[in-house]
Amino acid sequence: MKKWQCVVCGFLYEEAAGMPDDGIAPGTCWEEVPSDWMCPDCGVTKDDFEMVEIAA
Amino acid sequence: MNPLVIIGTGLAGYTLAREFRKLDKETPLTIVTADDGRFYSKPMLSNALASGKSPDELATANAAQMAKQLDAEIKTQCKITAISIEKKAVLANGFAQRYSKLVLSVGAHQLKPTLAGDAADSILTVNDLADYTRFRNAILNAERVVIIGAGLIGCEFANDLSRAGMNVEVIVWGREPLDHLMPETIGRKLRFALSEANVSWHRNSVAERVDRENGHYVVTLADGTHVTGDVVLSATGLGPNTTLAQSAGIQVKRGIVVDRFLETSVKDTFALGDCAELDGQVLPFVMPLMNQARTLARTLSGTPTQLTYPVMPIVVKTPAHPITIAPAPPGTPGEWKVEELPNGVRALFYDADQNLRGFALSGDAVAEKQALAKKLSGL
Repeated sequence: MKKWQCVVCGFLYEEAAGMPDDGIAPGTCWEEVPSDWMCPDCGVTKDDFEMVEIAA
Repeated sequence: MNPLVIIGTGLAGYTLAREFRKLDKETPLTIVTADDGRFYSKPMLSNALASGKSPDELATANAAQMAKQLDAEIKTQCKITAISIEKKAVLANGFAQRYSKLVLSVGAHQLKPTLAGDAADSILTVNDLADYTRFRNAILNAERVVIIGAGLIGCEFANDLSRAGMNVEVIVWGREPLDHLMPETIGRKLRFALSEANVSWHRNSVAERVDRENGHYVVTLADGTHVTGDVVLSATGLGPNTTLAQSAGIQVKRGIVVDRFLETSVKDTFALGDCAELDGQVLPFVMPLMNQARTLARTLSGTPTQLTYPVMPIVVKTPAHPITIAPAPPGTPGEWKVEELPNGVRALFYDADQNLRGFALSGDAVAEKQALAKKLSGL
């Protein structure tokens, strides 16, 4: 499972944890996160800003 | 056809350009900036040190790369000094550019406190990557940094410096950090958490002078206390940049006044980001800016769209004691109900009719952010 970091605010999306409050189940890999999903901390959309893959 | 002209290449200017280009690939776009036009995210300045990022690494693209990506002309090192509303042109020393529509994303500046002393001019502020580069150079050999101000920037920098192993002295005007945004209980927790990580606090204090002494800076507080450090950083608040707009006759209050279309008092002239004031509010945070950019991009590409904000909690990047705040609309009468948890605080702001209108969460309670935001937006 990987982690992805928002380049605008530093928010971390952890695939293992998902975002259950946003309806994204634990274990959802980045490719399967909906394209209209927004960074919960700063509001950039998934496809606007690249997320930086960091070491799992 | 004259281009759409954007002044400023901060997060606001570049995000707008990006959003605009998604909707309109034809209209020529010119972006003018007083700096080098590198793309970086300002919020990342306050946690770069502990995460091991150099200032240059924070810039993810240079002006040429941005110009290509945005299919735009980007004019760097060009400080616009005047706008001719009549001629629809922006002017700089030896430069004039006509526009069809103009967007001001000229940002804000750090307010500097008025200080006496022979080193008053040597205190640093950080509001952009160039400032930050200077700051990082200044702290290369520093052991102790004095921060004046304990708002968002002051607290985040205090936390970042302490994580990187430095001693930090914070001078707080009020009783607790961030007390203009949240109950003191949370500020106290944050203060205690940072105190365990080499941060010392001087509360109810105002800096009056800064002097040089034996290679250090000595900050003198109103009560006569001396606080010594190798670098002094001032973070006492942001003031929107309004001079350019004002001298062009555009209406300005605290910020550049815009309506729900982000249009200023002058037709075809817009503003967004840290310089803009909407409904009496200047919101110098990322999430409002993103919403503004998306809305304005629609308007500029031919679909006039009014801005409506979702609930926009502010995340304070203080890993020692994480905090997230969704302020109630300004002037909302009501009160905080504060609950202390084993590790954190849940503070809920209720209006006179017992409706939830805002919240401030810290420590373990930040996990409740999404659920509470949903409750707020249900109103």
